[in-house]
Amino acid sequence: MDITFEKVDYTYQANSPFEHKALDSMSFHLPSGSFTAIVGHTGSGKSTLIQHLNGLIRPTNGKVRIGDYVLEPKKKPKHAKALREKVGIVFQYPEHQLFEETVEKDIAFGPRNFGVPEQEIQKRVAESARAVGLGEDLLKRSPFELSGGQMRRVAIAGILAVRPRVLVLDEPTAGLDPRGQKEIMDMFYRIHKEQQLTTLLVTHSMEDALAYADHVLVLDKGKKYMEGTPVEVFSQREALQQVQLDVPEMFQFLLKASDQFGKPLAYQGQDVERLAEQLAALAGDRDE
Amino acid sequence: MHAIEFRNVSFRYEEDQPYVLRNVSFQVETGEWLAIIGHNGSGKSTIAKLMNGLLFPSEGEIFINGIPLTEENIWEIRSQVGMVFQNPDNQFVGTTVRDDVAFGLENRGVPRTEMMERITSSLEQVRMHDYLLHEPYRLSGGQKQRVAIAGVLAISPRVIILDEATAMLDPLGRKEILDTVHRVQAEQQIGLITITHDLNEVMQAERVLVMNNGEVWMTTVPRELVKKQTELQQIGLDVPFVSQLAHALQKLGVPLTEEPIDHEELLDTLWTLHSRK
Repeated sequence: MDITFEKVDYTYQANSPFEHKALDSMSFHLPSGSFTAIVGHTGSGKSTLIQHLNGLIRPTNGKVRIGDYVLEPKKKPKHAKALREKVGIVFQYPEHQLFEETVEKDIAFGPRNFGVPEQEIQKRVAESARAVGLGEDLLKRSPFELSGGQMRRVAIAGILAVRPRVLVLDEPTAGLDPRGQKEIMDMFYRIHKEQQLTTLLVTHSMEDALAYADHVLVLDKGKKYMEGTPVEVFSQREALQQVQLDVPEMFQFLLKASDQFGKPLAYQGQDVERLAEQLAALAGDRDE
Repeated sequence: MHAIEFRNVSFRYEEDQPYVLRNVSFQVETGEWLAIIGHNGSGKSTIAKLMNGLLFPSEGEIFINGIPLTEENIWEIRSQVGMVFQNPDNQFVGTTVRDDVAFGLENRGVPRTEMMERITSSLEQVRMHDYLLHEPYRLSGGQKQRVAIAGVLAISPRVIILDEATAMLDPLGRKEILDTVHRVQAEQQIGLITITHDLNEVMQAERVLVMNNGEVWMTTVPRELVKKQTELQQIGLDVPFVSQLAHALQKLGVPLTEEPIDHEELLDTLWTLHSRK
């Protein structure tokens, strides 16, 4: 589903001493099937932005389009429930939202709420559990007996079982160990491809933005500060530092190495091994 | 005297359940920064909860400033061990940022004038002083965490424990918090324990304790730790970018004599090799 923001403003507690403009004339377009990383320092408007995506809040001014759904100021959205079925949001620490007696029941809660027939629910529970890598033996267990990483997978399976077309991920790897982080991100990327979802990833990890996204949206003070492919955005270190962000470590290192050796070293999608080869060649070079 | 000492500590929730921690021993010195790392479920957070008496050892003993931790002296001990948890939403009580930081001080009967000073200085240290009258629940995750850290700094503890406290912050916020607690730790000679998955954070600590399946896997210094890339990956962890790069260079036969701790060290070594040719 295409997502378009047209000059969206969002003001918290308007006409009060606490009035705060969280989104300021925000415009962008994300084509169906894209994987977008949304980055910005704390308080830049990322959370407010994603709450618009399933109609949890409506713009104060401007328009949000998600596929055929339109969110406008003051008009109650006509098909809010249908929109929420299409847009799955994985909030931070989604495992805190688990509540059912068994993993199976927890995964089934979403689709049941949307009136999916019982037989179909069973199919989706099995399918979603498989997609997030939860073994069948876990389905009858209490989610609260599982490890943190497994609990998070249960929560994510519950969202996938609704079969969203847009997947919004708010810092989905927070609190996981390095292996768990990679596993979860690889899993989302695979699901994104297999189910041809439109994915939005809110992240502080520039590494993840580089590794998984095809588009990066940089926010600052509620405004769109920059957008482009990861390589376009991460080629502008100074501009990013001005809004308290930085480039991935690979880019940082390449800049420093270019300085040290007086030779430009660009990012060309190289991994650590390839970079080592380049550096070995540089270090081995004779000064003529 | 050690700020904190664990002596053969084991822990399990119930007698018929498996041990979450087995025979854990380590010390944290006054003025020292110890990082604790380990995969999810390795026992890191259980250690944190044992350190300020939220849990008590099933076996073994814990000493805080040389005093054995017991159910009788727990309240006294808690004023010496300040703890900041992963999720700031679970640790707010005040209706304003100021009241929230005041809570710990009121509990300890700090006089009003001193209380005001401590609130101001601790909020300034985490750069949240402009938010004195804001409602904590309206702050963003990172801002909340800074207020929680201010609350801990205000009670001037002997040891500060950050249990994944920077996990939800942006990179700059993370750096600010670490610089702040590190500065305070050095100035006031308190112990700092950071429980973390952030590898670059680990590299800044003086020592590292690696947990694996409830046991101490290794206690070492960062520079020694990163030599064990393969072994760390096997237990769900990893080494920082610069160590991965150094190891890839070594595989190509580039003679690196010492493990680089940051980008600059690696580049200096490479430059020296280049210039010698």
